[in-house]
Amino acid sequence: MGPKPRLTPASLRKELFATPLDGLVTVLLVTGLAAAGSRLLHWALAQADWAVIQANSTLFAVGRYPIEQQWRLWLLVALLAAAAGLSWGVLRSRPLPDRPITALWPGNDRLATGILVLLASWAPAALGLTLSIQSRWWALTGLLVLVRWLAGRYGSRLGKTATLALPLVWPLLYLVGMVLIGGGLGLVTVGANEWGGLLLTLVEASFAILLSAPLGVLLALGRRSSLPLLRWGSIVYIEFIRGAPLITLLFLGQNILGFLLPGGMAPDRIWRAAWILTFFSAAYLAEAVRSGLAAVPRGQLEAARSLGLSLPQALAQVVLPQALRIALPATVGQFISLLQDTTLLSLIGLLDLLGTARSVMANPLFLGKSSEVYLTLAVLFWCCCAALGLGSRALERRLNPPSLGR
Amino acid sequence: MTLEAAAGGTVATRVQSRSPSVGEPVGGNCHGPGGPIAGKVRPISIASMPFLRKLLAKLSFASTLALALLLASCASEDGGLQSQKIDLIKGRGKLICGVDGKLPGFSFLGSDGAYSGLDVDVCKAVAASLLGDSAKVDYRDLNSSERFAALASGEVDLLSRNTTATLTRDAAGGNGLSFAPTTFYDGQGVMVAAGSGVKSLQDLAGKPICVESGTTTELNLADRMRELKATYTPLKFQTGDQTYAAYLQGRCLAVTSDRSQLAAKRTSFPDPSVHLLLDEVLSKEPLTPATTNADPVWSDAVRWSVYALMQAEELGITKANVAAKLAQAQANPNQADLRRFLGVEGDFGKTLGLPADFVVKAIAAVGNYGEIFDRNVGPGSKLKLDRGLNRQWSQGGLIYSPPFR
Repeated sequence: MGPKPRLTPASLRKELFATPLDGLVTVLLVTGLAAAGSRLLHWALAQADWAVIQANSTLFAVGRYPIEQQWRLWLLVALLAAAAGLSWGVLRSRPLPDRPITALWPGNDRLATGILVLLASWAPAALGLTLSIQSRWWALTGLLVLVRWLAGRYGSRLGKTATLALPLVWPLLYLVGMVLIGGGLGLVTVGANEWGGLLLTLVEASFAILLSAPLGVLLALGRRSSLPLLRWGSIVYIEFIRGAPLITLLFLGQNILGFLLPGGMAPDRIWRAAWILTFFSAAYLAEAVRSGLAAVPRGQLEAARSLGLSLPQALAQVVLPQALRIALPATVGQFISLLQDTTLLSLIGLLDLLGTARSVMANPLFLGKSSEVYLTLAVLFWCCCAALGLGSRALERRLNPPSLGR
Repeated sequence: MTLEAAAGGTVATRVQSRSPSVGEPVGGNCHGPGGPIAGKVRPISIASMPFLRKLLAKLSFASTLALALLLASCASEDGGLQSQKIDLIKGRGKLICGVDGKLPGFSFLGSDGAYSGLDVDVCKAVAASLLGDSAKVDYRDLNSSERFAALASGEVDLLSRNTTATLTRDAAGGNGLSFAPTTFYDGQGVMVAAGSGVKSLQDLAGKPICVESGTTTELNLADRMRELKATYTPLKFQTGDQTYAAYLQGRCLAVTSDRSQLAAKRTSFPDPSVHLLLDEVLSKEPLTPATTNADPVWSDAVRWSVYALMQAEELGITKANVAAKLAQAQANPNQADLRRFLGVEGDFGKTLGLPADFVVKAIAAVGNYGEIFDRNVGPGSKLKLDRGLNRQWSQGGLIYSPPFR
């Protein structure tokens, strides 16, 4: 693997205009893209009516969540911002195998911070939010950057245990978040029926991601097990789930469970859907993990066993770390598609981001504004998926020693 | 047992004026101690055989027990009604109402997160009738495939989701629904451009018509055009958006769908005034709220809560003047009809298992049927639908409440 070619006018010219045919293709493509882009820009700036987004921004964000309880969500976002800043800063304060010297603000980070600050100063104003809500977004961005700076500055002083414990902030935050969203422990209960919009989409996706990961690993191990019952059980499960479209399973969950369990016993529609998503995603994850397991040479397990490790020890400490590292890109791919699959929930009548959008578009005040709404949705989903992708690439970079290549 | 007892309760109140019929099965009705049940277990003549006597003793004990249970369930609150569903809703303090949630004019989310629309107002009226507060409703968005399952499994108490009443849906051997009064008489219509010169379906012979594929709309159009012996070119599209886009681009001369939906779509057109709905209606779509067959007390309560809205329009009682009308009724003992309707005297509410003032509560919450129509789909909305068949019967429409007496 050679060094990355640098982008220079000469290299560009070589790449784009090597032969007359290349030149022609380049010119045609660039013209086409520019024409489409300028028309889209013209539409977005001159023709589109963004009032539908401005008026319904709360609905898109949290659905019908009661307004007097929304401070809990703000608190959660603040905690998330702090946790993100902390993780980001601490990661940056550690030297990488191939980058021994740490910089407090590397170029990438400066760019990312700049984009965040620009977004925070532009988006709330563009959405026509009130000044008090705008200032909350500014404060949140400020908090993120501040914690990022503090953690980057002093993160290297953290002890080994503190560093190892740091990732635990996230599951802990998840539990805190679920209490903040749903209530309990002295907070007023807000029924799942009242969650909606991006909030519901993220709750469903994160629930399914967190639970399907361990389930998928267990299924993958089960499929490679030498115990026939376990092996066949795993195979049947994985193949059954992979053989049925998600929407079928979702309908099954919504309609059948209501009949099987007497009224009120069945979990709420929202949790039914979350479990179905989890079970569905676990089957696909199992296959991703299995490919990772298959890529670990058999000798690794044998060597570990001959060193006296028990089978669980050998799996947990030798085989799985390698297998999961190999399976990481496929796993993240599955998570991203899971996030997008949550849009199917709108078809079973849940008010996820797409469901909320469809309900908003039925408001006679905003009839015919579907282009604006769908474009906004696409951008929102892109942001969420891009964040997942960026996170996974950062993780890969840190997990893979340079000798293994990237 | 509880369900049967609840059903028994209704029968008891309904058959008060009917003489008890002999030979009805035990457990199905409540006739009191002198009825056929007591008579059945008194065959004294064969009491000489010891074996039979033992059996009879057991039987009579069992039947006395069953009778006592039945009587207890029938006679609660001096002959008041028992309905599992109503008790459940009261205990929960909220009505769970299944709506579409994505249908302009019928149910949708406003920017403040509140549901509104004609279907939603029916939910609110029923909640106000039963619980006294139109805000005590939990809405569930249901799609068309899960709506009946949600109702049957008890996940929703009431389905107010632009559902067409049909035989198979009503029949106990079908979906087993119990339909309330129709709240919107819809029908499939055809929209054309005003300048196209098309006045009737016949004029569309040989012309292209845009239609959404895989819908009953498509089949109805085909049937009707075959009746007229008119050939036409159907242009089929997968989604509504595509269908209307094609119509606006002029790829077809006409577009067909439910009239209410055509009118709703028209409001989003660049110039709504140049598009007309033809007078012809291709199908009957009586959109009707529904409950399950399982709890007739609850079904009746819903039915008459809806009728009350229609009757109120007929009597000229509106959201604005209901308080004044109530005061007037309370002051004047001669207005017996009004007094009974508004629950000042009589026991309409109790007969239905509802509070005495259920009519007042419902109208104060959402207004009468005419107000609901105008506000959501009529002149007061962007849809601007004509009342058409949804006029009161006295004005040539189909909205007709049986008498409140």
